[in-house]
Amino acid sequence: MAPILEFRHVSKIYNGATRALTDVSFSVEEGEFVSVIGPSGSGKSTILRCINRLVDATRGEIIFDGHDINRADKKEIRQIRKKTGMIFQHYNLVDRLSVVENVLHGRLGHKHTLTGAAGYYTEKEKENAFQILAKLGLTEQAYKRCDELSGGQKQRVGIARSLMQEPRLILCDEPIASLDPGSSKVIMDHLSVINKNMKITCIFNLHQVDVAVKYSQRIIGITLGKIVYDGPADQLTKAQIHEIYQSNEGELITDVR
Amino acid sequence: MSDNQTSVFVKRKRSFTLVFLGACGLFLVSAAVTGYDVIAGFESVPKAAGWMAKNFIPNAQAWSRLPNILAKLTETALVSVAVTVCAAGCAFFFSLLGTKTTKVNPWIGRTVRIIAAFFRNVPDIVWAILLLFSFGQNILTGFFALFFATFGMLTRTFIETIDEVSASCIEALRATGATFLPTVFQGILPSSLPEIVSWVLYMIETNIRSATLIGVLTATGIGAMFDLYYKRMDYSSASLVVISIVVLVVAIEMISNQIRKVIM
Repeated sequence: MAPILEFRHVSKIYNGATRALTDVSFSVEEGEFVSVIGPSGSGKSTILRCINRLVDATRGEIIFDGHDINRADKKEIRQIRKKTGMIFQHYNLVDRLSVVENVLHGRLGHKHTLTGAAGYYTEKEKENAFQILAKLGLTEQAYKRCDELSGGQKQRVGIARSLMQEPRLILCDEPIASLDPGSSKVIMDHLSVINKNMKITCIFNLHQVDVAVKYSQRIIGITLGKIVYDGPADQLTKAQIHEIYQSNEGELITDVR
Repeated sequence: MSDNQTSVFVKRKRSFTLVFLGACGLFLVSAAVTGYDVIAGFESVPKAAGWMAKNFIPNAQAWSRLPNILAKLTETALVSVAVTVCAAGCAFFFSLLGTKTTKVNPWIGRTVRIIAAFFRNVPDIVWAILLLFSFGQNILTGFFALFFATFGMLTRTFIETIDEVSASCIEALRATGATFLPTVFQGILPSSLPEIVSWVLYMIETNIRSATLIGVLTATGIGAMFDLYYKRMDYSSASLVVISIVVLVVAIEMISNQIRKVIM
């Protein structure tokens, strides 16, 4: 089976000067749960944003579902984004709108420009939104404004919005970096269930190595824009973690016992 | 205390004394040149206050003009509201092209910001004087003068508001594949609306004040009325005009503060 996503020698240079990615190649199979780990500024976010073209890669090919993303025109980019959900560290919701309105925003990519602008949704879409909210335990919050929610609830709204897109791939950019350990577990469990039951491929950026190891099948370690580890999560050794973070024994929070 | 530290304090005192003496010298020289008599100057203060009290307190004749004054005041206030709302509508769509977050086109963005800066940095009075040539002493002159200045100011503030408040949800909506218009109406507008309304209210307050001044130039509205009474030396009526403007501006400020509290 062909991989759902493939990076072929991708490089990204910001403003002609800052090297973010250097010759990055990897592929992701359909239904995989992959975490990208690495120090801040190593290029994790750039990898994720190259996939839905929020960032344009400078060189190389990114093949998603048989299409070369890097050569896609505006229309094709929209097709790619429709199939790709994204979850953000700061949730990126419209805080002043209600929960269900934010969830319905996931349909905007599927709609005609004018019906989207008018905020017109079909009954089926609305029913679907409430079903997704029920699955994520947000039924009671459906009509609340998003700024009344806790961080964990906001992130669940973010997940609901991406599910509304009926995506094949969900990109998670530091989804639990601003959450307490309890909410973090709820979020990771939901995403894990979504990955297993709905067969949606998930690609994560994570700072928490232990979380990455526990939840993902596979880990990609990246340092200074280069892949230094790509393999099963359970085979990641302590020495390799230190190589990814360019640190010595005893310098990482994961070393504290 | 070491010598070094002492010298710092001595230096400070010395420079202070020099500045003080210099200021005194400057005053004496300029008083001598202009023939200003300090004692006579201070003596005339109570006299002036007395004259103001006699002439500027609205008398019965002035109060009889109140209905006329209020009619003109309402006209000026309504024109200011109309101008601000029109300018805000144009400025919103213009600012969408000027923001960095919507990424319409970097060159269009730059052009928009330059145009907005131009309109903003020409004061409304100057706009009024320039437009007097084309429109004459007409209410339209005042309307366009205020419109241009307000448009420039609001475009700039809207660009900043959108870049600051809506950047994160713009990114999220773009990531879902939403096109420009849905992003504007479902993301930018709802997230930045309170800020936008707040700025519009502020500009309404400012514009009522400016409209008075522009009215003097264009012979329209409450400004013209003030000018008329003032030139007729009917000071008590003129001061009633000023008082009514102050009351109106304070009232509008209080109302808009209440509105802000509710929407924020």
